[in-house]
Amino acid sequence: MFYIHCPYCDEYRDEEEFHPKGQAHIARPEDPETCSDEEWGDYLFFRDNPRGIHHELWVHAIGCRKFFNITRNSASYEILETYRMGERPRFSAEHPQGESAEHGAAVNVADEAGRVADQEGVRA
Amino acid sequence: MSDITYGQVATFNTHPEAAIPSESPLSVAFNQISVSTPAPAVNHASGVRLEEKAFLGHLILRGGAIVLDEAVRKVLGISLPLGLALDESGERSVQWLSPDEWLVIVPGGEEFEVEQRLRDALGDAHYAIVDASGGQTLVSLEGEKARELLMKSTSYDVHPSNFPVGKAVSVVFAKSSLILRRPAEDRYELVLRRSFADYLYRWILDAGAEYGIGVQR
Repeated sequence: MFYIHCPYCDEYRDEEEFHPKGQAHIARPEDPETCSDEEWGDYLFFRDNPRGIHHELWVHAIGCRKFFNITRNSASYEILETYRMGERPRFSAEHPQGESAEHGAAVNVADEAGRVADQEGVRA
Repeated sequence: MSDITYGQVATFNTHPEAAIPSESPLSVAFNQISVSTPAPAVNHASGVRLEEKAFLGHLILRGGAIVLDEAVRKVLGISLPLGLALDESGERSVQWLSPDEWLVIVPGGEEFEVEQRLRDALGDAHYAIVDASGGQTLVSLEGEKARELLMKSTSYDVHPSNFPVGKAVSVVFAKSSLILRRPAEDRYELVLRRSFADYLYRWILDAGAEYGIGVQR
């Protein structure tokens, strides 16, 4: 049983309150009209299945009902971090020990500013 | 029925006349159980006392916190909380549900007026207000064993160190879900959806049987 930290509720909650929604950070092609069938098929249907660090989209279905991301090790099931939509993960396959705090902090501050601008008046 | 519109939003009073009968989400359970086995009454030995606060006005507010905060303060005199906030009388409350969503509970009959005053205060801001009064009900649990009843029913940690007064969460409860809030030291409130109310009521009676649960009618 996972004990998952929801970045919006800012609290650890039981796994049964959450639903996994698959791989995170899948970008929709900028111009679907000009995509080849293969590109569009890759976007719609094909997902990575790595052994090791994997970024996933989850939803806190019974709590705040917000989507957020989890960095998880698919071999050990260890959850390395959870982070809000629009933020960048500290841990990745290239940085299994985590990027330096300064780098992460700088990214988060920039994202934070962008998010505040995007959702005017939203806090917490 | 009111024909007042704000921009493109048509609003109407969901319960315009007190003479029109309405039934709380628990009325089925109350009536059926009273036929077969009467609901246990409250006595001096009751470790848990259950009381439905029926027909309150429930409003869901959605929008940016800064904009909503100003309007809610103006209309209800409450600042938007991160948990649960009550006004001085304790009859009106505002509760955090998610970063852009709050639940407002006011005495029954006030909800339409509060909704309209909020819409006036919010003007052209980007927001939504939904009257959910008919869809859910509020049940209050009191008594020294109330926390033990909750511990049997939910995986959420309701120990006072994790669940102090003024906290409110939506949680898994008896394989269903509800909103759990703690407005006072000795009282818990559950906000049940209408479709789960019958089941949850029976669950609570069953779970509370060993503590001599009593139902205040």
